[in-house]
Amino acid sequence: MPTRESQAPSPSLTTGMEPENAIPVRHPGRWAAAVAVAVMSAMLWNATVNNPRMEWAIVGQYLFDPQILAGLRMTLLLTVLAMAVGLVLGTVVAVMRMSENPLVRTAAQLYVWLFRSTPLIVQLLFWFYLAAVMPTLGLGIPFGPEWITFDTSLLISQITAAVLGLGLCEAAYTAEIVRAGILSVSKGQFEAGEALGMSPRRVLARIVLPQAMRVIVPPIGNSTISMLKTTALVLVIALPDLLTAAQAIYSQNLAQIPLLTVATAWYVFIVTVLTLVQNRIERKFSAGVAGVTRSRVRRRTLTAALSGGFR
Amino acid sequence: MSDTDTGNHAVRLEAVHKRFGDVEVLRGVDLTISRGSVACVIGPSGSGKSTLLRCINQLETIQRGRLWVGGELVGVRERQGRLYRLPPKLVARQRLRCGMVFQNFNLFAHMTALENVMEAPVGVKKVPKTEALALSRDLLGKVGLAKHADKYPSQLSGGQQQRVAIARALAMSPEIMLFDEPTSALDPELVGEVLEVMRALAADGMTMVVVTHEIGFARDVADTVHFMDEGVVVEEGPARSLLADPRHQRTKTFLSHLR
Repeated sequence: MPTRESQAPSPSLTTGMEPENAIPVRHPGRWAAAVAVAVMSAMLWNATVNNPRMEWAIVGQYLFDPQILAGLRMTLLLTVLAMAVGLVLGTVVAVMRMSENPLVRTAAQLYVWLFRSTPLIVQLLFWFYLAAVMPTLGLGIPFGPEWITFDTSLLISQITAAVLGLGLCEAAYTAEIVRAGILSVSKGQFEAGEALGMSPRRVLARIVLPQAMRVIVPPIGNSTISMLKTTALVLVIALPDLLTAAQAIYSQNLAQIPLLTVATAWYVFIVTVLTLVQNRIERKFSAGVAGVTRSRVRRRTLTAALSGGFR
Repeated sequence: MSDTDTGNHAVRLEAVHKRFGDVEVLRGVDLTISRGSVACVIGPSGSGKSTLLRCINQLETIQRGRLWVGGELVGVRERQGRLYRLPPKLVARQRLRCGMVFQNFNLFAHMTALENVMEAPVGVKKVPKTEALALSRDLLGKVGLAKHADKYPSQLSGGQQQRVAIARALAMSPEIMLFDEPTSALDPELVGEVLEVMRALAADGMTMVVVTHEIGFARDVADTVHFMDEGVVVEEGPARSLLADPRHQRTKTFLSHLR
Protein backbone atom coordinates (compact mmCIF):
# COMPACT_ATOMS: atom_id res chain seq x y z
CA MET A 1 0.00 0.00 0.00
CA PRO A 2 2.64 2.62 0.83
CA THR A 3 4.45 2.00 -2.45
CA ARG A 4 1.20 2.50 -4.36
CA GLU A 5 0.67 5.87 -2.72
CA SER A 6 4.09 7.02 -3.80
CA GLN A 7 3.04 6.38 -7.43
CA ALA A 8 -0.28 8.25 -7.10
CA PRO A 9 -0.82 11.48 -9.10
CA SER A 10 0.51 14.73 -7.75
CA PRO A 11 -1.48 15.83 -4.64
CA SER A 12 -2.01 19.35 -6.02
CA LEU A 13 -4.82 17.98 -8.27
CA THR A 14 -8.07 18.04 -6.34
CA THR A 15 -10.71 15.44 -7.12
CA GLY A 16 -13.09 16.31 -9.99
CA MET A 17 -10.48 18.37 -11.79
CA GLU A 18 -10.33 16.32 -14.98
CA PRO A 19 -9.56 17.45 -18.57
CA GLU A 20 -13.19 16.90 -19.52
CA ASN A 21 -14.15 19.68 -17.11
CA ALA A 22 -11.48 22.08 -18.33
CA ILE A 23 -12.61 25.52 -19.55
CA PRO A 24 -12.64 25.43 -23.41
CA VAL A 25 -10.63 27.81 -25.58
CA ARG A 26 -12.64 30.93 -26.49
CA HIS A 27 -13.14 31.77 -30.19
CA PRO A 28 -14.04 35.47 -30.45
CA GLY A 29 -13.31 35.42 -34.20
CA ARG A 30 -16.08 32.89 -34.79
CA TRP A 31 -18.61 35.14 -33.12
CA ALA A 32 -17.51 38.12 -35.20
CA ALA A 33 -17.81 36.06 -38.39
CA ALA A 34 -21.29 34.83 -37.41
CA VAL A 35 -22.47 38.41 -36.81
CA ALA A 36 -21.07 39.51 -40.17
CA VAL A 37 -22.83 36.65 -41.99
CA ALA A 38 -26.12 37.43 -40.21
CA VAL A 39 -25.97 41.13 -41.11
CA MET A 40 -25.16 40.40 -44.74
CA SER A 41 -28.00 37.83 -44.99
CA ALA A 42 -30.42 40.40 -43.62
CA MET A 43 -29.21 42.94 -46.18
CA LEU A 44 -29.59 40.42 -49.01
CA TRP A 45 -33.08 39.50 -47.79
CA ASN A 46 -34.00 43.19 -47.68
CA ALA A 47 -32.61 43.82 -51.16
CA THR A 48 -34.52 40.92 -52.72
CA VAL A 49 -37.46 39.52 -50.80
CA ASN A 50 -38.51 42.86 -49.33
CA ASN A 51 -37.77 44.73 -52.55
CA PRO A 52 -41.02 45.77 -54.32
CA ARG A 53 -39.10 46.15 -57.61
CA MET A 54 -38.44 42.39 -57.67
CA GLU A 55 -42.19 42.14 -58.35
CA TRP A 56 -42.67 38.80 -56.68
CA ALA A 57 -46.32 38.81 -57.65
CA ILE A 58 -45.33 38.59 -61.31
CA VAL A 59 -42.83 35.84 -60.49
CA GLY A 60 -45.62 33.81 -58.89
CA GLN A 61 -47.91 34.54 -61.80
CA TYR A 62 -45.47 33.21 -64.41
CA LEU A 63 -43.85 30.36 -62.45
CA PHE A 64 -46.32 27.83 -63.90
CA ASP A 65 -47.12 29.71 -67.08
CA PRO A 66 -47.77 27.23 -69.97
CA GLN A 67 -45.10 28.87 -72.11
CA ILE A 68 -42.52 28.62 -69.29
CA LEU A 69 -43.46 24.97 -68.65
CA ALA A 70 -43.15 24.19 -72.37
CA GLY A 71 -39.70 25.80 -72.32
CA LEU A 72 -38.80 23.76 -69.23
CA ARG A 73 -39.87 20.56 -70.99
CA MET A 74 -37.66 21.46 -73.95
CA THR A 75 -34.72 22.18 -71.66
CA LEU A 76 -35.16 18.82 -69.91
CA LEU A 77 -35.60 16.97 -73.22
CA LEU A 78 -32.42 18.49 -74.64
CA THR A 79 -30.49 17.72 -71.45
CA VAL A 80 -31.59 14.08 -71.41
CA LEU A 81 -31.00 13.47 -75.13
CA ALA A 82 -27.67 15.30 -75.25
CA MET A 83 -26.40 13.46 -72.16
CA ALA A 84 -27.58 10.12 -73.59
CA VAL A 85 -25.66 10.78 -76.82
CA GLY A 86 -22.69 12.02 -74.80
CA LEU A 87 -22.54 9.04 -72.47
CA VAL A 88 -22.97 6.31 -75.09
CA LEU A 89 -20.69 7.87 -77.67
CA GLY A 90 -18.22 8.99 -75.00
CA THR A 91 -17.87 5.45 -73.67
CA VAL A 92 -17.34 4.14 -77.20
CA VAL A 93 -14.68 6.78 -77.88
CA ALA A 94 -12.98 6.02 -74.54
CA VAL A 95 -12.79 2.30 -75.37
CA MET A 96 -11.57 3.18 -78.88
CA ARG A 97 -8.80 5.33 -77.40
CA MET A 98 -7.56 2.30 -75.50
CA SER A 99 -7.77 -0.01 -78.52
CA GLU A 100 -4.73 -1.91 -79.76
CA ASN A 101 -5.47 -0.78 -83.31
CA PRO A 102 -3.46 2.43 -83.86
CA LEU A 103 -5.89 3.71 -86.50
CA VAL A 104 -8.89 3.35 -84.17
CA ARG A 105 -6.91 4.94 -81.35
CA THR A 106 -5.93 7.90 -83.50
CA ALA A 107 -9.49 8.38 -84.74
CA ALA A 108 -10.72 8.61 -81.15
CA GLN A 109 -7.94 11.04 -80.29
CA LEU A 110 -8.81 13.24 -83.28
CA TYR A 111 -12.46 13.23 -82.27
CA VAL A 112 -11.67 14.44 -78.75
CA TRP A 113 -9.23 17.01 -80.12
CA LEU A 114 -11.67 18.42 -82.67
CA PHE A 115 -14.72 18.71 -80.43
CA ARG A 116 -12.82 20.11 -77.48
CA SER A 117 -11.08 22.76 -79.53
CA THR A 118 -14.14 24.51 -81.02
CA PRO A 119 -16.62 26.68 -79.08
CA LEU A 120 -19.88 24.86 -78.48
CA ILE A 121 -21.86 27.76 -79.86
CA VAL A 122 -19.99 27.40 -83.17
CA GLN A 123 -20.76 23.67 -83.23
CA LEU A 124 -24.46 24.37 -82.64
CA LEU A 125 -24.61 26.87 -85.48
CA PHE A 126 -22.61 24.51 -87.68
CA TRP A 127 -25.09 21.64 -87.26
CA PHE A 128 -27.97 24.04 -87.76
CA TYR A 129 -26.54 25.27 -91.08
CA LEU A 130 -25.29 21.81 -92.16
CA ALA A 131 -27.62 21.90 -95.16
CA ALA A 132 -25.45 24.62 -96.67
CA VAL A 133 -22.46 22.23 -96.85
CA MET A 134 -24.27 18.97 -97.50
CA PRO A 135 -27.64 19.62 -99.14
CA THR A 136 -28.57 15.93 -99.07
CA LEU A 137 -27.77 13.01 -96.78
CA GLY A 138 -28.18 9.46 -97.97
CA LEU A 139 -27.97 5.84 -96.96
CA GLY A 140 -26.05 3.59 -99.31
CA ILE A 141 -22.62 2.29 -100.27
CA PRO A 142 -19.85 4.83 -99.54
CA PHE A 143 -18.86 6.53 -102.81
CA GLY A 144 -21.40 4.23 -104.52
CA PRO A 145 -25.13 4.26 -105.11
CA GLU A 146 -27.48 5.66 -102.46
CA TRP A 147 -30.69 3.83 -101.55
CA ILE A 148 -32.42 6.59 -99.63
CA THR A 149 -31.70 10.28 -99.87
CA PHE A 150 -32.85 12.93 -97.41
CA ASP A 151 -33.04 16.66 -97.75
CA THR A 152 -30.63 17.82 -95.02
CA SER A 153 -32.61 20.92 -94.12
CA LEU A 154 -35.65 18.73 -93.43
CA LEU A 155 -33.73 16.02 -91.57
CA ILE A 156 -31.76 18.36 -89.32
CA SER A 157 -34.49 20.16 -87.43
CA GLN A 158 -33.64 22.62 -84.68
CA ILE A 159 -33.93 19.87 -82.07
CA THR A 160 -31.68 17.48 -84.01
CA ALA A 161 -29.14 20.24 -84.49
CA ALA A 162 -29.23 21.03 -80.78
CA VAL A 163 -28.94 17.37 -79.68
CA LEU A 164 -26.11 16.75 -82.16
CA GLY A 165 -24.27 19.91 -81.16
CA LEU A 166 -24.62 19.40 -77.41
CA GLY A 167 -24.27 15.60 -77.46
CA LEU A 168 -21.26 15.26 -79.77
CA CYS A 169 -19.36 17.87 -77.80
CA GLU A 170 -20.31 16.24 -74.50
CA ALA A 171 -19.05 12.89 -75.84
CA ALA A 172 -15.55 14.32 -76.24
CA TYR A 173 -15.44 15.31 -72.57
CA THR A 174 -17.19 12.15 -71.39
CA ALA A 175 -14.64 10.05 -73.28
CA GLU A 176 -11.87 11.48 -71.13
CA ILE A 177 -13.86 10.94 -67.95
CA VAL A 178 -14.59 7.31 -68.84
CA ARG A 179 -10.97 6.76 -69.83
CA ALA A 180 -9.83 8.10 -66.47
CA GLY A 181 -12.29 5.71 -64.81
CA ILE A 182 -11.02 2.69 -66.75
CA LEU A 183 -7.41 3.63 -65.98
CA SER A 184 -8.28 3.80 -62.28
CA VAL A 185 -9.04 0.05 -62.25
CA SER A 186 -5.89 -1.97 -61.59
CA LYS A 187 -4.40 -4.22 -64.25
CA GLY A 188 -4.83 -7.17 -61.89
CA GLN A 189 -8.61 -6.93 -62.26
CA PHE A 190 -8.35 -7.33 -66.06
CA GLU A 191 -5.95 -10.26 -65.62
CA ALA A 192 -8.09 -11.99 -63.02
CA GLY A 193 -11.04 -11.80 -65.41
CA GLU A 194 -9.04 -13.08 -68.37
CA ALA A 195 -7.53 -15.89 -66.29
CA LEU A 196 -11.09 -17.07 -65.61
CA GLY A 197 -11.67 -17.41 -69.34
CA MET A 198 -13.73 -14.23 -69.79
CA SER A 199 -13.66 -12.48 -73.15
CA PRO A 200 -12.16 -8.98 -73.19
CA ARG A 201 -15.63 -7.54 -73.75
CA ARG A 202 -17.03 -9.43 -70.78
CA VAL A 203 -14.15 -8.29 -68.56
CA LEU A 204 -14.90 -4.70 -69.54
CA ALA A 205 -18.64 -4.95 -68.96
CA ARG A 206 -18.70 -7.03 -65.78
CA ILE A 207 -15.44 -6.24 -64.01
CA VAL A 208 -13.88 -3.00 -65.17
CA LEU A 209 -16.71 -0.58 -65.96
CA PRO A 210 -18.67 -1.23 -62.73
CA GLN A 211 -15.55 -0.40 -60.74
CA ALA A 212 -14.69 2.55 -62.96
CA MET A 213 -18.14 4.01 -62.20
CA ARG A 214 -16.97 5.14 -58.79
CA VAL A 215 -14.52 7.48 -60.49
CA ILE A 216 -16.84 8.29 -63.41
CA VAL A 217 -20.07 9.27 -61.62
CA PRO A 218 -19.02 12.48 -59.80
CA PRO A 219 -17.65 14.26 -62.90
CA ILE A 220 -20.58 12.99 -65.01
CA GLY A 221 -22.95 14.47 -62.41
CA ASN A 222 -21.03 17.67 -62.82
CA SER A 223 -21.40 17.62 -66.60
CA THR A 224 -25.11 16.78 -66.40
CA ILE A 225 -25.71 19.82 -64.21
CA SER A 226 -23.53 21.86 -66.49
CA MET A 227 -25.45 20.54 -69.53
CA LEU A 228 -28.80 21.61 -68.06
CA LYS A 229 -27.59 25.19 -68.06
CA THR A 230 -25.62 24.95 -71.30
CA THR A 231 -28.84 24.09 -73.15
CA ALA A 232 -29.66 27.81 -72.78
CA LEU A 233 -27.22 28.30 -75.67
CA VAL A 234 -29.81 26.89 -78.09
CA LEU A 235 -31.34 30.32 -78.24
CA VAL A 236 -28.82 30.95 -81.06
CA ILE A 237 -30.75 28.47 -83.19
CA ALA A 238 -34.10 29.79 -81.94
CA LEU A 239 -35.22 26.75 -79.98
CA PRO A 240 -37.89 27.56 -77.39
CA ASP A 241 -36.13 26.39 -74.21
CA LEU A 242 -36.71 27.67 -70.68
CA LEU A 243 -34.61 30.82 -71.02
CA THR A 244 -35.94 31.59 -74.50
CA ALA A 245 -39.50 31.29 -73.18
CA ALA A 246 -38.74 33.73 -70.37
CA GLN A 247 -37.18 36.13 -72.85
CA ALA A 248 -40.14 35.86 -75.19
CA ILE A 249 -42.50 36.82 -72.37
CA TYR A 250 -40.47 39.73 -71.02
CA SER A 251 -39.94 41.15 -74.50
CA GLN A 252 -43.70 41.81 -74.45
CA ASN A 253 -44.44 42.72 -70.83
CA LEU A 254 -41.01 44.21 -70.07
CA ALA A 255 -40.86 42.42 -66.70
CA GLN A 256 -37.26 41.25 -67.25
CA ILE A 257 -36.18 40.65 -63.66
CA PRO A 258 -39.29 38.70 -62.56
CA LEU A 259 -39.09 36.40 -65.60
CA LEU A 260 -35.38 35.85 -65.23
CA THR A 261 -36.15 34.99 -61.59
CA VAL A 262 -38.72 32.43 -62.80
CA ALA A 263 -36.11 30.81 -65.05
CA THR A 264 -33.54 30.88 -62.24
CA ALA A 265 -35.96 29.22 -59.82
CA TRP A 266 -36.56 26.36 -62.24
CA TYR A 267 -32.85 25.85 -62.96
CA VAL A 268 -32.10 25.78 -59.22
CA PHE A 269 -34.93 23.31 -58.60
CA ILE A 270 -33.77 20.89 -61.34
CA VAL A 271 -30.14 21.09 -60.25
CA THR A 272 -31.21 20.26 -56.68
CA VAL A 273 -33.06 17.18 -57.92
CA LEU A 274 -30.08 16.14 -60.08
CA THR A 275 -27.74 16.49 -57.10
CA LEU A 276 -29.91 14.15 -55.05
CA VAL A 277 -30.02 11.64 -57.91
CA GLN A 278 -26.22 11.81 -58.20
CA ASN A 279 -25.79 11.09 -54.47
CA ARG A 280 -28.00 8.05 -54.84
CA ILE A 281 -26.09 6.71 -57.85
CA GLU A 282 -22.75 7.27 -56.08
CA ARG A 283 -23.93 5.21 -53.13
CA LYS A 284 -25.00 2.40 -55.44
CA PHE A 285 -21.53 2.13 -56.98
CA SER A 286 -19.65 2.50 -53.71
CA ALA A 287 -20.46 -1.12 -52.77
CA GLY A 288 -17.27 -2.96 -51.82
CA VAL A 289 -15.29 0.19 -51.08
CA ALA A 290 -13.58 -0.13 -47.69
CA GLY A 291 -16.34 -0.67 -45.17
CA VAL A 292 -19.34 0.03 -47.39
CA THR A 293 -21.68 -2.91 -47.84
CA ARG A 294 -24.88 -2.93 -49.79
CA SER A 295 -27.06 -3.08 -46.68
CA ARG A 296 -25.23 -0.11 -45.25
CA VAL A 297 -25.67 1.72 -48.55
CA ARG A 298 -29.40 1.11 -48.34
CA ARG A 299 -29.59 2.14 -44.71
CA ARG A 300 -27.74 5.36 -45.40
CA THR A 301 -30.04 6.23 -48.27
CA LEU A 302 -33.03 5.53 -46.03
CA THR A 303 -31.78 7.77 -43.21
CA ALA A 304 -31.06 10.46 -45.74
CA ALA A 305 -34.62 10.23 -47.06
CA LEU A 306 -36.12 10.31 -43.57
CA SER A 307 -34.09 13.30 -42.50
CA GLY A 308 -35.31 15.29 -45.48
CA GLY A 309 -32.65 14.19 -47.94
CA PHE A 310 -29.97 16.78 -47.36
CA ARG A 311 -28.14 18.47 -44.55
CA MET B 1 4.20 -34.16 -84.16
CA SER B 2 5.15 -34.27 -80.53
CA ASP B 3 1.50 -33.87 -79.45
CA THR B 4 1.34 -37.60 -78.85
CA ASP B 5 4.25 -37.81 -76.44
CA THR B 6 2.95 -34.86 -74.39
CA GLY B 7 -0.37 -36.55 -73.71
CA ASN B 8 0.59 -37.72 -70.26
CA HIS B 9 1.86 -34.37 -69.12
CA ALA B 10 -0.18 -31.61 -67.54
CA VAL B 11 2.28 -28.96 -68.66
CA ARG B 12 5.22 -29.20 -71.02
CA LEU B 13 7.58 -26.47 -72.18
CA GLU B 14 10.21 -26.85 -74.88
CA ALA B 15 12.87 -24.14 -75.28
CA VAL B 16 10.45 -21.38 -74.35
CA HIS B 17 11.72 -17.83 -74.83
CA LYS B 18 10.02 -14.66 -73.60
CA ARG B 19 11.30 -11.15 -74.21
CA PHE B 20 10.03 -7.81 -72.86
CA GLY B 21 11.58 -5.32 -75.26
CA ASP B 22 15.32 -5.97 -75.02
CA VAL B 23 15.09 -7.88 -71.78
CA GLU B 24 15.06 -11.63 -72.22
CA VAL B 25 13.18 -13.00 -69.23
CA LEU B 26 12.91 -16.63 -70.31
CA ARG B 27 15.90 -17.95 -72.28
CA GLY B 28 14.95 -21.43 -73.33
CA VAL B 29 12.97 -23.05 -70.56
CA ASP B 30 12.35 -26.80 -70.69
CA LEU B 31 9.92 -28.06 -68.13
CA THR B 32 7.64 -31.05 -67.73
CA ILE B 33 4.99 -31.42 -65.07
CA SER B 34 3.07 -34.67 -64.93
CA ARG B 35 -0.60 -35.01 -64.16
CA GLY B 36 -1.56 -35.04 -60.51
CA SER B 37 1.81 -33.81 -59.32
CA VAL B 38 2.73 -30.72 -57.36
CA ALA B 39 5.62 -28.71 -58.79
CA CYS B 40 7.23 -25.84 -56.90
CA VAL B 41 9.20 -23.28 -58.89
CA ILE B 42 11.75 -21.46 -56.76
CA GLY B 43 14.45 -18.96 -57.51
CA PRO B 44 15.63 -15.42 -56.85
CA SER B 45 13.39 -12.50 -57.86
CA GLY B 46 13.79 -11.62 -61.52
CA SER B 47 14.65 -15.20 -62.40
CA GLY B 48 11.52 -15.44 -64.60
CA LYS B 49 9.43 -17.79 -62.49
CA SER B 50 6.31 -15.57 -62.41
CA THR B 51 6.65 -14.92 -66.14
CA LEU B 52 6.82 -18.67 -66.69
CA LEU B 53 3.52 -19.12 -64.87
CA ARG B 54 1.90 -16.25 -66.76
CA CYS B 55 3.02 -17.80 -70.07
CA ILE B 56 1.37 -21.10 -69.17
CA ASN B 57 -1.91 -19.21 -68.72
CA GLN B 58 -1.30 -16.96 -71.75
CA LEU B 59 -1.33 -13.74 -69.79
CA GLU B 60 1.95 -13.36 -71.67
CA THR B 61 2.65 -14.69 -75.16
CA ILE B 62 5.89 -16.52 -75.83
CA GLN B 63 8.18 -15.63 -78.71
CA ARG B 64 9.98 -18.89 -79.28
CA GLY B 65 9.57 -22.51 -78.29
CA ARG B 66 6.51 -24.65 -77.68
CA LEU B 67 4.14 -24.88 -74.76
CA TRP B 68 1.52 -27.57 -74.17
CA VAL B 69 -1.15 -27.59 -71.49
CA GLY B 70 -3.07 -30.84 -71.07
CA GLY B 71 -1.45 -32.15 -74.28
CA GLU B 72 -2.79 -29.20 -76.28
CA LEU B 73 -0.45 -26.75 -78.00
CA VAL B 74 -1.02 -23.35 -76.40
CA GLY B 75 -1.56 -19.98 -78.12
CA VAL B 76 -0.88 -21.17 -81.67
CA ARG B 77 -1.92 -23.93 -84.03
CA GLU B 78 0.17 -25.66 -86.61
CA ARG B 79 -1.13 -26.12 -90.13
CA GLN B 80 0.82 -27.19 -93.22
CA GLY B 81 4.15 -26.30 -91.70
CA ARG B 82 3.07 -22.85 -90.51
CA LEU B 83 2.11 -21.53 -87.08
CA TYR B 84 -1.06 -19.47 -86.68
CA ARG B 85 -1.85 -17.50 -83.51
CA LEU B 86 -5.17 -18.43 -81.94
CA PRO B 87 -7.96 -15.84 -81.87
CA PRO B 88 -8.92 -14.44 -78.41
CA LYS B 89 -11.97 -16.71 -78.19
CA LEU B 90 -9.88 -19.89 -78.44
CA VAL B 91 -7.25 -18.46 -76.10
CA ALA B 92 -10.02 -17.85 -73.55
CA ARG B 93 -11.19 -21.44 -74.00
CA GLN B 94 -7.66 -22.81 -73.50
CA ARG B 95 -7.35 -20.79 -70.31
CA LEU B 96 -10.21 -22.81 -68.80
CA ARG B 97 -7.78 -25.68 -68.26
CA CYS B 98 -5.86 -23.56 -65.77
CA GLY B 99 -6.97 -21.81 -62.60
CA MET B 100 -4.77 -18.94 -61.54
CA VAL B 101 -4.10 -17.53 -58.08
CA PHE B 102 -2.30 -14.18 -57.96
CA GLN B 103 0.10 -12.71 -55.45
CA ASN B 104 -2.23 -9.76 -54.84
CA PHE B 105 -5.43 -11.87 -54.85
CA ASN B 106 -7.09 -9.63 -57.49
CA LEU B 107 -10.56 -10.35 -56.18
CA PHE B 108 -13.26 -8.33 -57.94
CA ALA B 109 -13.60 -5.47 -55.45
CA HIS B 110 -17.21 -4.62 -56.28
CA MET B 111 -18.51 -8.14 -55.67
CA THR B 112 -19.01 -10.15 -52.50
CA ALA B 113 -16.95 -13.29 -51.91
CA LEU B 114 -19.84 -15.40 -53.20
CA GLU B 115 -20.33 -13.23 -56.30
CA ASN B 116 -16.60 -13.46 -57.00
CA VAL B 117 -16.79 -17.26 -57.05
CA MET B 118 -20.03 -17.37 -59.06
CA GLU B 119 -19.12 -14.81 -61.72
CA ALA B 120 -17.18 -17.02 -64.15
CA PRO B 121 -19.27 -20.22 -63.88
CA VAL B 122 -22.44 -18.22 -64.61
CA GLY B 123 -20.95 -15.77 -67.12
CA VAL B 124 -18.50 -17.96 -69.02
CA LYS B 125 -19.65 -21.55 -68.56
CA LYS B 126 -23.36 -20.60 -68.47
CA VAL B 127 -23.99 -22.80 -65.45
CA PRO B 128 -27.57 -22.21 -64.18
CA LYS B 129 -27.60 -19.72 -61.30
CA THR B 130 -29.00 -22.05 -58.64
CA GLU B 131 -26.42 -24.68 -59.52
CA ALA B 132 -23.58 -22.14 -59.49
CA LEU B 133 -24.80 -20.82 -56.15
CA ALA B 134 -24.67 -24.27 -54.58
CA LEU B 135 -21.24 -24.93 -56.10
CA SER B 136 -19.88 -21.59 -54.89
CA ARG B 137 -21.21 -22.02 -51.36
CA ASP B 138 -19.70 -25.49 -51.30
CA LEU B 139 -16.30 -24.18 -52.43
CA LEU B 140 -16.31 -21.31 -49.94
CA GLY B 141 -17.08 -23.91 -47.27
CA LYS B 142 -14.13 -25.99 -48.40
CA VAL B 143 -11.74 -23.04 -47.97
CA GLY B 144 -13.31 -22.34 -44.57
CA LEU B 145 -15.17 -19.18 -45.49
CA ALA B 146 -18.82 -20.26 -45.49
CA LYS B 147 -19.59 -17.57 -42.93
CA HIS B 148 -17.98 -14.82 -45.00
CA ALA B 149 -19.82 -15.45 -48.29
CA ASP B 150 -21.58 -12.09 -48.28
CA LYS B 151 -18.58 -9.96 -47.36
CA TYR B 152 -16.74 -7.73 -49.78
CA PRO B 153 -13.00 -8.28 -50.31
CA SER B 154 -12.25 -5.05 -48.43
CA GLN B 155 -13.86 -6.60 -45.35
CA LEU B 156 -11.69 -9.71 -45.44
CA SER B 157 -8.12 -10.27 -44.27
CA GLY B 158 -5.41 -11.02 -46.82
CA GLY B 159 -5.49 -14.71 -45.98
CA GLN B 160 -9.27 -14.84 -46.36
CA GLN B 161 -9.10 -12.97 -49.67
CA GLN B 162 -6.54 -15.41 -51.01
CA ARG B 163 -8.73 -18.35 -49.98
CA VAL B 164 -11.68 -16.76 -51.83
CA ALA B 165 -9.37 -16.38 -54.84
CA ILE B 166 -8.56 -20.10 -54.67
CA ALA B 167 -12.27 -20.96 -54.47
CA ARG B 168 -12.93 -18.64 -57.42
CA ALA B 169 -10.33 -20.44 -59.54
CA LEU B 170 -11.62 -23.86 -58.49
CA ALA B 171 -15.18 -22.92 -59.47
CA MET B 172 -14.21 -23.34 -63.13
CA SER B 173 -13.04 -26.92 -62.36
CA PRO B 174 -9.58 -26.48 -63.87
CA GLU B 175 -7.23 -29.38 -64.61
CA ILE B 176 -4.26 -27.43 -63.30
CA MET B 177 -3.91 -24.79 -60.62
CA LEU B 178 -1.25 -22.11 -61.03
CA PHE B 179 -0.14 -20.22 -57.92
CA ASP B 180 1.94 -17.07 -58.34
CA GLU B 181 3.61 -16.41 -54.98
CA PRO B 182 0.26 -16.87 -53.21
CA THR B 183 1.57 -16.05 -49.74
CA SER B 184 4.09 -13.30 -50.52
CA ALA B 185 1.67 -10.43 -49.91
CA LEU B 186 0.38 -11.87 -46.64
CA ASP B 187 1.17 -11.00 -43.04
CA PRO B 188 3.24 -13.86 -41.57
CA GLU B 189 0.44 -15.08 -39.29
CA LEU B 190 -1.93 -15.46 -42.28
CA VAL B 191 0.40 -17.56 -44.44
CA GLY B 192 -0.51 -20.82 -42.68
CA GLU B 193 -4.24 -20.74 -43.48
CA VAL B 194 -3.57 -20.34 -47.21
CA LEU B 195 -0.91 -23.08 -47.28
CA GLU B 196 -3.37 -25.31 -45.41
CA VAL B 197 -5.93 -24.94 -48.22
CA MET B 198 -3.21 -25.65 -50.79
CA ARG B 199 -2.10 -28.77 -48.92
CA ALA B 200 -5.69 -30.05 -48.95
CA LEU B 201 -5.90 -29.37 -52.67
CA ALA B 202 -2.67 -31.29 -53.28
CA ALA B 203 -3.93 -34.18 -51.17
CA ASP B 204 -7.03 -34.23 -53.42
CA GLY B 205 -4.75 -34.97 -56.37
CA MET B 206 -4.90 -31.58 -58.09
CA THR B 207 -2.06 -30.80 -60.49
CA MET B 208 -0.38 -27.68 -59.12
CA VAL B 209 2.39 -25.38 -60.27
CA VAL B 210 3.43 -23.17 -57.38
CA VAL B 211 5.85 -20.27 -57.60
CA THR B 212 6.85 -19.74 -54.01
CA HIS B 213 9.45 -18.77 -51.44
CA GLU B 214 7.93 -21.17 -48.88
CA ILE B 215 10.65 -23.82 -48.86
CA GLY B 216 8.88 -25.67 -46.04
CA PHE B 217 5.79 -26.05 -48.19
CA ALA B 218 7.91 -27.19 -51.13
CA ARG B 219 9.64 -29.83 -48.99
CA ASP B 220 6.42 -31.18 -47.46
CA VAL B 221 3.97 -30.99 -50.35
CA ALA B 222 5.79 -30.76 -53.68
CA ASP B 223 6.70 -33.79 -55.76
CA THR B 224 9.25 -31.88 -57.80
CA VAL B 225 11.15 -28.65 -57.27
CA HIS B 226 12.44 -26.57 -60.16
CA PHE B 227 15.10 -23.97 -59.44
CA MET B 228 15.20 -21.08 -61.90
CA ASP B 229 17.83 -18.42 -62.33
CA GLU B 230 18.36 -15.86 -65.08
CA GLY B 231 15.60 -17.22 -67.27
CA VAL B 232 16.47 -20.91 -67.31
CA VAL B 233 15.73 -23.94 -65.15
CA VAL B 234 19.08 -24.52 -63.50
CA GLU B 235 18.26 -27.61 -61.52
CA GLU B 236 15.21 -29.77 -60.94
CA GLY B 237 14.30 -32.99 -59.26
CA PRO B 238 12.38 -34.69 -56.47
CA ALA B 239 11.57 -32.06 -53.84
CA ARG B 240 13.23 -33.62 -50.79
CA SER B 241 16.49 -34.63 -52.37
CA LEU B 242 16.93 -31.36 -54.29
CA LEU B 243 16.27 -29.22 -51.26
CA ALA B 244 18.41 -31.35 -48.95
CA ASP B 245 21.25 -31.92 -51.37
CA PRO B 246 21.39 -29.37 -54.22
CA ARG B 247 23.97 -30.18 -56.91
CA HIS B 248 24.34 -26.85 -58.61
CA GLN B 249 26.34 -24.03 -57.01
CA ARG B 250 23.66 -21.40 -57.72
CA THR B 251 20.98 -23.58 -56.11
CA LYS B 252 23.20 -24.05 -53.06
CA THR B 253 23.78 -20.29 -52.74
CA PHE B 254 20.07 -19.51 -53.13
CA LEU B 255 18.96 -22.09 -50.58
CA SER B 256 21.63 -21.01 -48.09
CA HIS B 257 20.23 -17.47 -48.21
CA LEU B 258 16.80 -18.72 -47.28
CA ARG B 259 17.99 -20.49 -44.15
